[in-house]
Amino acid sequence: MSHKVIVPIGPYHPLQDEPEFFQLYVEGEKVVDIDIIIGYNHRGIEKLSEDKHFDQVAFLVERICGICSSSHPYAYVLAVEDILGGEDKVVPLRARYIRTIIDELQRIHSHLLWLGLAGHFIGYNTVWMWAWKYREPVLDCFELVTGNRNNYAMFKVGGVRRDLKDEDIPFVKKALDELFPAVDMFRGAIMDDPVIRSRLKGIGILTREEARNWCVVGPTARASGINIDVRRDEPYGVFERLSWNVILENDGDIFAKTVARIMELYESISIIRQCLDEMPEGEIDADIKDVPAGEGIGRVEAPRGECFHYIKSDGTNRPVRHKIRAPSFMNVASNKVGAVGGTISDAAITLAAVDPCYCCTERLAVIQRPGNKKIMNGWDLIRLSQEKTSRMKEGSRHND
Amino acid sequence: MNIRDGVREKLGDKITQWREISRRRIYLEVDKKDILEAARILFLELGMRFATASGIDTPEGIEILYHFSFDENGEIYTLRVLLDDKKRPEADSITPLIKGAEWIEREMWEMLGIQFRGHPNLKRLLLADDWPQGEHPLRGKE
Amino acid sequence: MNLKLKALAKSLWVFHVSVGSCNNCDIEILDCLTPRFDVERFGILLAGSVRHADVLLITGAMNRKAVVRMKKIYQQAPKPCLVVACGTCACSQHMFRDSYNVREPLDKILPVDVYIPGCPPKPEAIISGITKAAAKLKGRR
Repeated sequence: MSHKVIVPIGPYHPLQDEPEFFQLYVEGEKVVDIDIIIGYNHRGIEKLSEDKHFDQVAFLVERICGICSSSHPYAYVLAVEDILGGEDKVVPLRARYIRTIIDELQRIHSHLLWLGLAGHFIGYNTVWMWAWKYREPVLDCFELVTGNRNNYAMFKVGGVRRDLKDEDIPFVKKALDELFPAVDMFRGAIMDDPVIRSRLKGIGILTREEARNWCVVGPTARASGINIDVRRDEPYGVFERLSWNVILENDGDIFAKTVARIMELYESISIIRQCLDEMPEGEIDADIKDVPAGEGIGRVEAPRGECFHYIKSDGTNRPVRHKIRAPSFMNVASNKVGAVGGTISDAAITLAAVDPCYCCTERLAVIQRPGNKKIMNGWDLIRLSQEKTSRMKEGSRHND
Repeated sequence: MNIRDGVREKLGDKITQWREISRRRIYLEVDKKDILEAARILFLELGMRFATASGIDTPEGIEILYHFSFDENGEIYTLRVLLDDKKRPEADSITPLIKGAEWIEREMWEMLGIQFRGHPNLKRLLLADDWPQGEHPLRGKE
Repeated sequence: MNLKLKALAKSLWVFHVSVGSCNNCDIEILDCLTPRFDVERFGILLAGSVRHADVLLITGAMNRKAVVRMKKIYQQAPKPCLVVACGTCACSQHMFRDSYNVREPLDKILPVDVYIPGCPPKPEAIISGITKAAAKLKGRR
């Protein structure tokens, strides 16, 4: 009779900014099942939306998630603009360039954030410190352009709230120029390090078939060979006018997910540079006064994947129904296959590899079982993960 | 044959209403008994991706919208199903077919009270354990 | 002043709890550890367990599921323990106060010592808030 151990991760853990609680059922070293329970962050935003008028909803949805702070308002205004005829018909061109710049800057800061956390989980604390250090100039750009490091309050139905001043453009360009060699450094540090390769390759695999069945999105899907990206499939902003690539990997393991995100950083830098060079003069706001009755769907490619908003309007100034589906809602559920079958020491990094954003998803996972149980907490799990890396480093040193 | 014709042909007379409200938004209504078959055709035969589902309490009944994305051209095909028995709204679960639908059906169950027949794990997702049974936050006022 | 309190105020161990936040405040708190702000040079550490906490740094609008656990965590923290409400959600529940899933505000459940408003408060504001907490601690006998 096997001895099942329950390993709760969370809900309150120093490095998990968000309260989530995974319960892993383990036998020996192997994870045999995982239960994911969510709800600690559920704030009833869809219901709150029905009491706010269309202008206010943009501020509300911005606070669904701090990291993808521009994706939710962007998807929301696209949903309303869908009722009005579509972003390309309603929103002035300059505003669409500014929206694209904000969206891509956000992708850069989010991927660097993830890189730092992933580095910490596998014991490379220097990666954490450096990734977050290089994130700071991106936040400075946000502060310069929008007034805040996070929560930009830039999106409104019909345009953007603030213009990007010409005198601010050199600052942003300089920040990007300094970021480029840093991304080179991360790419070298992560992709060429033999220990990281062996640590992450073949771990947490999500096959193409599983990725399709679980309907995952974003880099999690693209790392498994599923070629989807909202920026290309249903272009918004000015993505159709720019030259950029969708990053596709095929192995579906954590290494593939890491590579996908790092390569996307290069693409984002290139996109922003093109926008800054090509952005025309003009209006930034179409000054929409009324939203007619109808239904609209808006979606954007958030750093974690497709962010989907559905709005139903009846001609009054409040939405009748606002459905929000964040990318992590699909991606975290797929941990059921990604983490099961692996070892406990890989659990921390596997669960983090989908770049979960719990506040987007409002999840929790808790499972308790009476009887024969040994409790470890999330801190232990991360420690196990870091110890595995140390052992591998030792091993590779002896092999030299 | 383009995808729009493909959908019309394969679903045939299951479609009770077809509305193209814009270039990339198609809403098709099916009867609730056909939901599993329609989902199977869109997901398995036509290769669409299930994006999400949303429920809403309307005077005519509880309406579920299943949003499927055809990523090759960015179109969204939304299946609309009306459950007219508001006291006991029931529908077939599409989770056995599409694993990615498990959580959203749980959410619709707890927010609107829709029973999904055949769902492998219909239990609370977001609401607290001490949230009163039978109270569904997204239901309108009686 | 009591030597223990004096020593405590010189090196505060902070335990961070999120009770239904959007994560912005939490990221800014973690940002305080990174090279630009580097609170560890002030002796401020992020504690791994609530049993080591001198300061409870709480973010979030008080989600219903979290209330019981929040109270438990406060009981487990060894006293003296300061409670710092970080972010507008923790101070006054922000725009979520009418939600069906949000209970009473934090300061009706726990005694809050320092409020740091902001959405999110900048790392400088968070550091300022923690040092005010330290000053408050020094003021106790």
